[in-house]
Order: sequence, then structure tokens, then C-alpha cells
Amino acid sequence: MNANENPVWSLVLTFGLMSLFAVGGANAAIPEMHRVAVDLRHWLTDKQFADVFAISQLSPGPNVLIVTLIGYAVAGFWGALAATLAMCLPTAVLAYGVSRLLGRSSRSPWPAMIQAALVPLSIGLMGASALIVAQAADRTFLAVLVTLVAAVLAFATRLNPLWILLAGGCLGLAGVI
Amino acid sequence: MTLDSPPATAAVPDVPASDRQPPPGVMTLFVAFAKMSLAGFGGVLPFARRAIVDQHRWMTADEFNETFALCHFLPGPNIVNLTFVFGSRFRGIVGAVAALAGLIGPPLVLVMILAALYAHYGEIAALRRVLAGISCAAVGLLVAVVFRMMLPMVKRRDVVGLLLMVAIFIAIGVLQLSLQAVLLVAIPISLAITFVVRRLSA
Repeated sequence: MNANENPVWSLVLTFGLMSLFAVGGANAAIPEMHRVAVDLRHWLTDKQFADVFAISQLSPGPNVLIVTLIGYAVAGFWGALAATLAMCLPTAVLAYGVSRLLGRSSRSPWPAMIQAALVPLSIGLMGASALIVAQAADRTFLAVLVTLVAAVLAFATRLNPLWILLAGGCLGLAGVI
Repeated sequence: MTLDSPPATAAVPDVPASDRQPPPGVMTLFVAFAKMSLAGFGGVLPFARRAIVDQHRWMTADEFNETFALCHFLPGPNIVNLTFVFGSRFRGIVGAVAALAGLIGPPLVLVMILAALYAHYGEIAALRRVLAGISCAAVGLLVAVVFRMMLPMVKRRDVVGLLLMVAIFIAIGVLQLSLQAVLLVAIPISLAITFVVRRLSA
């Protein structure tokens, strides 16, 4: 029965489960999204995944909306909606429950301790995200150069990231990349 | 107090009136989060902090940091968790749903339009070139975020943390192992190390 499995349902299962392991937020879960959507399920090609990442970064709103685009590619409107809610709701409800449990006045050392333990892991995951998307996006020497310049600009200046993305888009249109 | 607040509203807050505004209503929550979300290119968090703490004064900076710390140690999109918990603090579940709908709803509509356009026109050569350029820049932005986050660890010479970071980078980015499997091994190790280090330095 797996062959005619409802795609909306498999999106819900995939992203619902993934959200529970999304340590460090949506951008840290990109390698796992890539592994599942491109390598395992063949929902998207490598190139489409890089496009989806670009569109999600270009759009305002939380980074989690990359999941909306993957869902749309798999099953249109309902796929997009289902994937987004599956990625957002379980952990939001979990956070609500934990915040009520801990209470406002609690001085438990555990949240700070767990957070400190997770920081190196989430930075490693974000680095992996950059590597995964770079493998699809940076195919020429000039493309790598654009990435490096964008990284330096974003690191060293307070420039709105939107301008950096648009500059990249213009260079792309001009045929530089 | 220049505001003509009706005396019937809630209890008198125990902080100076100039520090905190009255709790927002459901509609206000929706609109406020929609605004932050639509302003948030490359992450909503800085905009959320500015709106909640500086502009509306619904929380003090400390309260905001405390709520964020809670949402950051839990899995899932941090800003989504923060929004849901924040909304619930003021208006219960209804407030939580209203704030979340504001955060996700408007950009969701926008992204769906972009997705539909991409599905139709994604193969046009000019658009392909633009997207290729944006992808390259977007990777650069991500690299910058990684280095910004690494900076405090480098400054404190946190060698163990940096080694853990590199190990995760290799396991997930280079070897492309399953996230679940890697985290089930890495989280206990990292927790144990953090616990021991804190005990030793205490």
C-alpha cells in the first residue's frame, strides 16, 4: 500500500517527526530536509532544492517557510499547508506545555544548561546546511566568489540581507554566475 | 498616565506603568506579529525583539530573553515557539493561535504565490539565472550567521565545543548521516560535557 500513500500524509509524518529533532531552528534542519526530500523521497532535484532555499531566503517571515515550498512542490496548496503546520505545531505546543510546567518564577538551571549544550550542535548543523546548499549552488569559480563576498558583507556590515540577495540576483541575471 | 485606561481591566501591574503596556488583545497580537514577520527578511527574531520590547513594551528585555532561552532549548523553529508561548502568556490558547497565525499566515500566502510562479516559470532561462545568483548570495548569508554564532565560542577558547561543532558538521554535512541518529548520540555527549565543565568551574 506504500506506493499509493497519500502525499499530504507523508509530508505531515516527515515534517512532524523532523520538527522534534530540529535543534537550532529551521536553518539547522536543512541537511535533513535535503536528505529526505532529495535523496530519500525524490520529491525535488538538487537544483530545485537550491531554488527553494533561495526563494525561502528571499521571502519575509520565519525561515521555516522553506518547508512550505517543499510541500507545495510535492502536493500543491494542501501539501504546502500540511507541511508548514506539521513543522510548526507539534513543537509550538511542546514549548507551551514546558513553559507552563516551568512557570514564570522557576529558576531551574536545566533550560540554560541544555541550551549551552545545544549551541555547538546547532552551529555545526547550520554549517552543514551551508555546505549542502553550496554543493548545488556554487558550481563555478565566480559563484563561489559571490558566496564569499556575500558572507563577508553579511558578517562585517549591518547591511539588510535583502540587498545582498538582490545584488546576487542581479549578478545572476547579468550572467556572471 | 496619559492613557484613559478603563479601571475594570485586569489587576494593577506591579511594575512602573512607564515600563510596560497593558496586555495586548487577540487582534492586536495578530496584527503585531504579522508586521514583524513581513518585516523580517533573513530571520524574524531581531524584529520580534524590537517590536515586543522596545516598541510595544509588552515584555522587559529580561523577560524576553528568558522566554527566548526556553524556546531555544526546545526543538523546532525558535521564532514559532516563541510566538506561540508569547501569545499564550497574554490571551491563553486563543492568543497563542492568533499570534502564530499572524507570524505564519501572511508570509505563507506570499510564499505560496512565489511557489506557484516558480512551478510555472521556474524553467525560464532569465529566472534560472536570477535564482542561481540569489542561491549563491543566500549561502553566503548562512555562512556569515555560522561565523557570527561561532565568535563567542572562539573568544572563550571553548575547544571542546568547537570540536563538537566540527564533528556535527562532518557527520551531517559531509557524511550526510540521519539527523535523528546523530543527535541521539551527540546530545547526551554534549550534555554530559557541559554538566561536567560547569561542575568543575563552579
